[in-house]
Amino acid sequence: MDLTFDPATDFKWLLAVPLIPLCGYVVQIFFGRFLPRKGDWLLTSGMFVTMLITVWMAFKAIAATQGGETFFHDSWADEGFGFRWLYDTQKGATDPLNVTAGILYDGLGAAMLAVVGIVSFFVHLFSTGYMKGDRRYHIFFANISLFTVAMLGLVLSDNILFLFVFWEIMGLMSYLLIGHFSHDPTSHRIKQAAAACKKAFLTTRVGDTCLFVGIMIFYYHFQTFRFTELWQAAQETVAANGGDYPAWMTAAGLLVFGGTVGKSAQFPLHIWLPDAMEGPTPVSAMIHAATMVAAGVFLLGRCYPLMSPEVLTVVTCFGAVTALFAATIGMTVFDIKGVLAYSTISQLGFMVAGIGTGGLGLVAGLFHMVTHAFFKSCLFLSAGSVIHGCHHEQDMRKMGGLRKKMPLTFLAMLICTLAIAGVPLFAGFYSKDKIIQSAHMKMMTGGLDGAGLFAFVGLLLAAAMTAFYMFRLIFMTFFGEPRDKHVYDHAHESPKPMVISLLVLAFLGMFGGKMWLRDFDLLGGHGTWFEDLTSEISHEHAGHASDAAGSVAEVFSVDRMFPGIALTEMNTYVGDSANQYLASQHTGHTWAMTGSLLVAIGGILLAWFLYVRRKDLPARIAAGFGEVYTTVANKYYVDEVVNATVIKGTMVLALTFKWIDETIVDGVVVGAGKVNRAFGFFWAWFDKTIVDGLVNGVAAVTSTTGSLVRLFQTGRIQQYASLAFGGLLLLFAWIFLA
Amino acid sequence: MGLEAYVVVATVLFGLGVACLITRRNVIYVLMGIEMILNSANINFVAFNRFNGDGMDGRMFAIFVIILAAAEAAVALGIVLNVFQLFGTVKPSDVDLLRE
Amino acid sequence: MDVRKQQLTFYTLLLVATLAALAWGTRTAGTQGAAFALFASFTLGGGLMCIWERSVVRSAFSLMATFCGVAGLFVLLGHDYLAMAQILIYVGGILVLILFGVMLTPPDLKERQLPRVGLGVVLVLGTLLAVGAKVAATVEWARADTLPQIESRADYIGAAFLRAEDGYLVPFELAAVLLTVALVAAVYIARRKPSDLVDPAEEGGY
Repeated sequence: MDLTFDPATDFKWLLAVPLIPLCGYVVQIFFGRFLPRKGDWLLTSGMFVTMLITVWMAFKAIAATQGGETFFHDSWADEGFGFRWLYDTQKGATDPLNVTAGILYDGLGAAMLAVVGIVSFFVHLFSTGYMKGDRRYHIFFANISLFTVAMLGLVLSDNILFLFVFWEIMGLMSYLLIGHFSHDPTSHRIKQAAAACKKAFLTTRVGDTCLFVGIMIFYYHFQTFRFTELWQAAQETVAANGGDYPAWMTAAGLLVFGGTVGKSAQFPLHIWLPDAMEGPTPVSAMIHAATMVAAGVFLLGRCYPLMSPEVLTVVTCFGAVTALFAATIGMTVFDIKGVLAYSTISQLGFMVAGIGTGGLGLVAGLFHMVTHAFFKSCLFLSAGSVIHGCHHEQDMRKMGGLRKKMPLTFLAMLICTLAIAGVPLFAGFYSKDKIIQSAHMKMMTGGLDGAGLFAFVGLLLAAAMTAFYMFRLIFMTFFGEPRDKHVYDHAHESPKPMVISLLVLAFLGMFGGKMWLRDFDLLGGHGTWFEDLTSEISHEHAGHASDAAGSVAEVFSVDRMFPGIALTEMNTYVGDSANQYLASQHTGHTWAMTGSLLVAIGGILLAWFLYVRRKDLPARIAAGFGEVYTTVANKYYVDEVVNATVIKGTMVLALTFKWIDETIVDGVVVGAGKVNRAFGFFWAWFDKTIVDGLVNGVAAVTSTTGSLVRLFQTGRIQQYASLAFGGLLLLFAWIFLA
Repeated sequence: MGLEAYVVVATVLFGLGVACLITRRNVIYVLMGIEMILNSANINFVAFNRFNGDGMDGRMFAIFVIILAAAEAAVALGIVLNVFQLFGTVKPSDVDLLRE
Repeated sequence: MDVRKQQLTFYTLLLVATLAALAWGTRTAGTQGAAFALFASFTLGGGLMCIWERSVVRSAFSLMATFCGVAGLFVLLGHDYLAMAQILIYVGGILVLILFGVMLTPPDLKERQLPRVGLGVVLVLGTLLAVGAKVAATVEWARADTLPQIESRADYIGAAFLRAEDGYLVPFELAAVLLTVALVAAVYIARRKPSDLVDPAEEGGY
């Protein structure tokens, strides 16, 4: 098979990628309930085709980059392939108001697209078993399909405006999917589901608003939405500014990062993600692996050249805090999905912190997003399988010994747990190790104003905790004696489609990191397929005059992600003295690998000791920590704080306005009435004709008050209409007569 | 007739629409007021298109306004019926649940 | 003043105003001016009647005069197609919808109160015309005594909608989608029973 990318035909294949599930969605939403099996085969087979295309295209990208080429295709710039949106032909393509939409297909996009395709297909397949018998089965499939479309479109967008459009579609679909059970009167968690979807929507909305403002600031200055032009413009602006980022770029970069904070559940907007567990388990798998949370990290990767060093420092700190913070909570949760939810938040912290450290960390953070998608979707589906097998029991304290009852689920979950814990040779190791390495390098070179040290220590601790709480989950669920005889007796292995999905994803969780590993450097080093897709290491003679003549330096650059964009020194290691980079890379690698290996093994052993050998200890330790444990087990009271500050604050504000309205405004009206008592007869007549029965009670008190005021305070709608009219007149007067 | 004659007619019609919208105590009148306002806007679009422009934007906008008015009338009627079912009244001033 | 007298006064004044407008129009611009005055009187007279009348049915029918008058103005401006569309959609569609609304809701003949309505009209029109006159004085009005003929056949407009270069294609499609959505939504909303609406207090609050 020919594996060269042919823009003339392959862009059409790529266009088909979101269109196939989109067509499936349209058919399903209207006719799904009339189709045999409520139409699940239609969408699942459609997703299968989509997956094949995405994987085939990803093969092309990998083949090209393994051959040493840069893989970067922009359909609009290369082929003129795309469509014009709100386009004025008279102004031409250079006019900033003419928005065009095309496909941007580069190494990052190829990897992400394939991940979304694969995970979505297996989630669809899994759902055919898991959701069987659901009242709104067809709607569920339609929604999850559109959810996938949104992510596919987001990955393929070549401009940030369309990315935002798909971003919002995804927000809406997450709302509908998390609240899936809120439409089912037979569900006992109907209220929780309704509250959870509302919370997810509103919380991510905070980030979305930030993102939109950020996009508009960039647009205002750069006059374009297209990524390639934005990168170029950023580079030129920084160069024109003497190598420094202007303050507004820092502000806008922070706002864009705000979008990531919301969507990718970073502290303090992470609160929606654990609650999102109210959705069906396949939805959780989608949200936690391929779509929703990955979108935020993907956005960060796409907008990386726009981020100033200050922003990256903030990004690193937020990521490290989130990783550490969520990991501590993960150790105290007993809900099997809850553990996975907090582990997702923690892993997202890893990714974000990795991107914040720049250069190698950028690649590693994005790679972690890819490998995490494999093993986390598998973990969630396994958890779903366990829940399904235990007849919707989610509390780990009631499980135990399940490995005999559900051997295949156990196998899949064990593999993915090893992967997430960062055990060598499993996928998670190749990415997580690199993130820690990058943080270590930042610490050594003193970049990021000391955030490097914080990130390195924090991430290492978080990695240890990850290994601990994930194995705690495994030991509590699959090992030991059955804790609840009833649950155990009725447990059973899940049906075939579910198990197949699990095993394939587990396979990817095991080998996803080291497929096409160059040089068979199994313990890391460079040369994983994702690194080839996004970055390159060139061996070139150091150009610096100070270097010894002829010394060969290894230069790492993310040029394959942003071709032709020279990032500033802070953002990559290109500008560093190449030899120093080489040295720090090797020590960094040794350090990071030793560290992460030690913490992973330590965490696993500790979990084994506490949950298999000395089962009495965890409770005593928890009791020993007392207040600390309570705080962590209550998720640091973030929900309560948000409730007490933001929500209560809004309520208090509203009540204040209500009070002002009732006391001061009404008081003025009443006062005016008293003054006007002298004109009582006249006003009484006016009142009779003008006031209707709207406020009879109030009218009795204020019957002598200014009816002229009330003339414009009649019904609500009409009051607004007259105010709008008055405002319009004032505006006219101001514009034309001032 | 010059452009200003049409503009005057449109302005007065707009004023009548606003007056109808804010003084009558029936949701149907609110609807009718909005229709008048949209019509006055249409007169302006078409008149300016005729007198000032050589393009088609004016009348295209007028067509879109007509389309929107149709959509709006349909939805508004649905809302009126619902409001009547829910509140038992069509007085806009009595429909103030949102204030609570 | 009893109701009959009020009505009589109002319609007499309206008739006088119409005749005056016709006379003025004929004097300034001949036949065309007379036609303009006629259509303008239809438009504004219909609007005034709409506000004036007690009965919603009468108001709705008087609105027909407004719509037809606007259509006539479109004809005078050379936009035959728009005039036709105006009559078809406004008179044939929207007015019928409004009449349905009238039929399905109870009448309230005591709702119109003359002082309120009169004051409203005077205030709104007064401020609007005052500001408008000031604004008009700052603007230079285009004068085209011999306007060129314009193309207004339906096929011409239809072709303009469907030509991608003109840029009306996407708005046109969007409008079509919007209309479909709005009509489906209207049916859905109108069919809904109050019992289908969930009490906000019963939902899980956030």
